[in-house]
Amino acid sequence: MCLAIPGQVVELIPEQPALVKVDVGGVRRNVNVGLFEPGEIGLGDWVLIHVGFALSKVSETEARDQLRMLSAMGEDELAMEEVRGYAFAADGELR
Amino acid sequence: MTATMKYVDEFRDPALIAAVAEEIKRTVDPGRHYRIMEVCGGHTHAIYRFGLRDVLPANVELVHGPGCPVCVLPTGRVDDGLAIAAQPNVALTCFGDMLRVPGTAGTPLELKARGADIRMVYSPLDALKIAQEHPETHVCFFAIGFETTAPSTALTLLRARELGLRNFSVFCNHVTIVPGIRAILDSPDMRLDGFVGPGHVSAITGCRPYEFIARHYGKPVAVAGFEPLDLLEALLMVLRQIRAGAAKVENQYRRIVPWDGNPGALRALAAVFELRPYFEWRGLGFISQSALKIKAAFAEWDAEVRFEIPGVRVTDPRAAQCGEVLKGVLKPPQCKLFGKECNPEHPVGALMVSSEGACAAYYRYARVEEALEA
Repeated sequence: MCLAIPGQVVELIPEQPALVKVDVGGVRRNVNVGLFEPGEIGLGDWVLIHVGFALSKVSETEARDQLRMLSAMGEDELAMEEVRGYAFAADGELR
Repeated sequence: MTATMKYVDEFRDPALIAAVAEEIKRTVDPGRHYRIMEVCGGHTHAIYRFGLRDVLPANVELVHGPGCPVCVLPTGRVDDGLAIAAQPNVALTCFGDMLRVPGTAGTPLELKARGADIRMVYSPLDALKIAQEHPETHVCFFAIGFETTAPSTALTLLRARELGLRNFSVFCNHVTIVPGIRAILDSPDMRLDGFVGPGHVSAITGCRPYEFIARHYGKPVAVAGFEPLDLLEALLMVLRQIRAGAAKVENQYRRIVPWDGNPGALRALAAVFELRPYFEWRGLGFISQSALKIKAAFAEWDAEVRFEIPGVRVTDPRAAQCGEVLKGVLKPPQCKLFGKECNPEHPVGALMVSSEGACAAYYRYARVEEALEA
């Protein structure tokens, strides 16, 4: 339930500042960064994602450790399934 | 060294892990028994997955806490959610974990098979999107989870209001961890020496909410991450405090958990939710101010306002002892149904559903351990 999935911010969505595009193991999805101040999450930053929302900003090392952790826990597939499953998109964006 | 230690060996820092385990051995008094509760279900899962009990001295007992969202949700609330799903033109959306939690008339998955419109989502924002795309359907999101998840629901409700979405609601079952811990501390059949505090919940709440455990109950707390080394370090922190006769809150998971939590998330929670006077937890009964209610300003999106909710309290099957396991009074295999009527394929109680539930974790890993040791 409290699965936290590490991903890297690869695109900002200027018209919707609460959303960013994140890459998780090659899968790109929108993630909500509304729990942070505007501009606090920037391009290239790593975040831990929980149910479509960035929960924490982390270092790249921490993100990689977290990824290894998920795989050691046998939860990496579940995490990828969750990320692939995120269906929400920016307004007007096709998915 | 037992067979399960391989999980730890395969993981990073085996030398560090051995050193911390050794330090734990040196810290404990061999003549004393220690009962330390890991509050979070994710920790329970990690402890079994990595076989951490094997590196701990026999007199350090880990007691599994109530920090598993589907586990603490009482059957009556599952029934309430399913009653919403039975309304005409309503789609009930929920996380995958919820789909297999038994209600009185079956699990959400079984009701779906019988024709109810129940859909799995990975994010509350997905539920919102379904509502936007299907204005003719009312989409209700069955919200569960502790403080890790509640801010996501809060932001989703703020977005629903911003969009003026009229066909969307939230059936709010969010609970807060601190009253659950307090209930356990006040429980007469419970004797604990310290706590390993939750990781991702604390990323939102920070460490301050646990200060009452140290101050009023005189028990040490260490907030921990999920890696084997994190958990062992946090246990060492707790055991060192016990040895020194100290009781304070320490933060082992500083790389993720700020002492004051995530201010944006706390603001979102405060904007959308207020505390319920009381809420039922499976096994722990009614606990005052332990759950979140959607504020009146968001009543239009509150499923409990929009729909007639049965609100009937349903007792657990008599033979199942989920409550005792949830409070840490019984270990999973001490329940009469464990591994028999109640197993991951056919869970009778919610603790067998989620990977964070003590019973599912025990069933999956500890049984293997025992088989290997036999």
